[in-house]
Amino acid sequence: MATTDTSASEWPLWEVFTQPPGGKPHEHAGSVHAPDAEIALQNARDVYTRRGEAVSIWVVPSVLISASAPGDAGPWFDPGNDKPYRHPQFYKTPRGVKVF
Amino acid sequence: MTTDPKTPAPEDPAKMAEFDTRLARDETIEPKDWMPEKYRKQLTRMMSQHAHSEVVGMLPEGNWITRAPSLRRKMVLLAKVQDEGGHGLYIYCGAETLGIDRAELIDQYLYGTAKYSSIFNYPTLAWADIGVIGWLVDGAAIVNQTMLARASYGPYARAMIRICKEENFHKRQGYELCATLARGTPAQRAMVQDAVNRWWWPSLMMFGPHDGDSPNSGDLLKWKVKLKSNDDLRQRFVNLTVPQAKAIEITLPDPDLRYDEASGNWLIGPIDWAEFKQVISGNGPCNHERLAARRAAHEEGRWVREAAAAYAAKRSEPAGQAA
Repeated sequence: MATTDTSASEWPLWEVFTQPPGGKPHEHAGSVHAPDAEIALQNARDVYTRRGEAVSIWVVPSVLISASAPGDAGPWFDPGNDKPYRHPQFYKTPRGVKVF
Repeated sequence: MTTDPKTPAPEDPAKMAEFDTRLARDETIEPKDWMPEKYRKQLTRMMSQHAHSEVVGMLPEGNWITRAPSLRRKMVLLAKVQDEGGHGLYIYCGAETLGIDRAELIDQYLYGTAKYSSIFNYPTLAWADIGVIGWLVDGAAIVNQTMLARASYGPYARAMIRICKEENFHKRQGYELCATLARGTPAQRAMVQDAVNRWWWPSLMMFGPHDGDSPNSGDLLKWKVKLKSNDDLRQRFVNLTVPQAKAIEITLPDPDLRYDEASGNWLIGPIDWAEFKQVISGNGPCNHERLAARRAAHEEGRWVREAAAAYAAKRSEPAGQAA
């Protein structure tokens, strides 16, 4: 990599999570580069909340996130996919019962 | 970046088949998923060009912030230019998930061979240009980006959804500005007509070469990065824009422009591709000025980046470890 400016690449990457108003959970918005958490928060506010999209922001160093491996997605999520009896639609209600 | 001198290693046929099946099922491809090297390369090229375009797009409009004719227009223009910077950052963040470093992207842009949209190499000569950029240039970008919001690469599509939500304001404010000038004094009317005359053809060129002459379109369509061809998108933009021009009694500078009953399309005359080639190969009216301005901004901001890094390092010292 032939970078002329090394100062930019030294800033770590932070993942940004924003919480919209109305009690919804935090959601991944994107990422920012910043030298520390304080500036990461400021950058995240400027980049991802210019229109009142958020009431709260989390920033997390990207390197600290552990993620499931996409290659194993099939077997990994399988235990949750083969149990239809966990859904209400699995069960029959007697004819005539409209509201349950 | 499109012509790799080394022949790339052939892809694993089993993985390739699974990738094609996923695309056929309209699944999104995510950063850690397996993808063919050419897909990664084409996306890196396309997303970085797109990000650079957003950032360089701040310059023609920034040129008029100090001279906006009212406080309202100045606030609007400031907000729009800030959005363009934000849009660049959304796409850089998406491009980085392909495994390229931000500093490397910036370096290719400022000192290397990376391209950006040819449209930003034209000058903003009058205040009406600001309106016409919002109406035509952002209008064209919306047509393109609405399609890209369904692109197969998840981070790109998500950045586009965010951008599309914000971009409509850009077009609206521009069209409002044009409509206001078009209803104004004869001089104001002439100013907006002149700006439309200058920006119309470059806006049509934003969609890229005709389908038969577009070197990257085949792969991008096959991989569902693009869902429509350059000519289809250009036609959609023309069909949307012609009635808007009529509504404010502005003419489009194309003597061949005519409505085709059979297809329901507004057909345009020939595009000057020689001009397009000149501008993308670095000989447009403002290529040197734009790059010089971006380089200067980057260099002049160096001390801020260094100071922030030094401050962060100093603060992490007592704890004995860096974040």
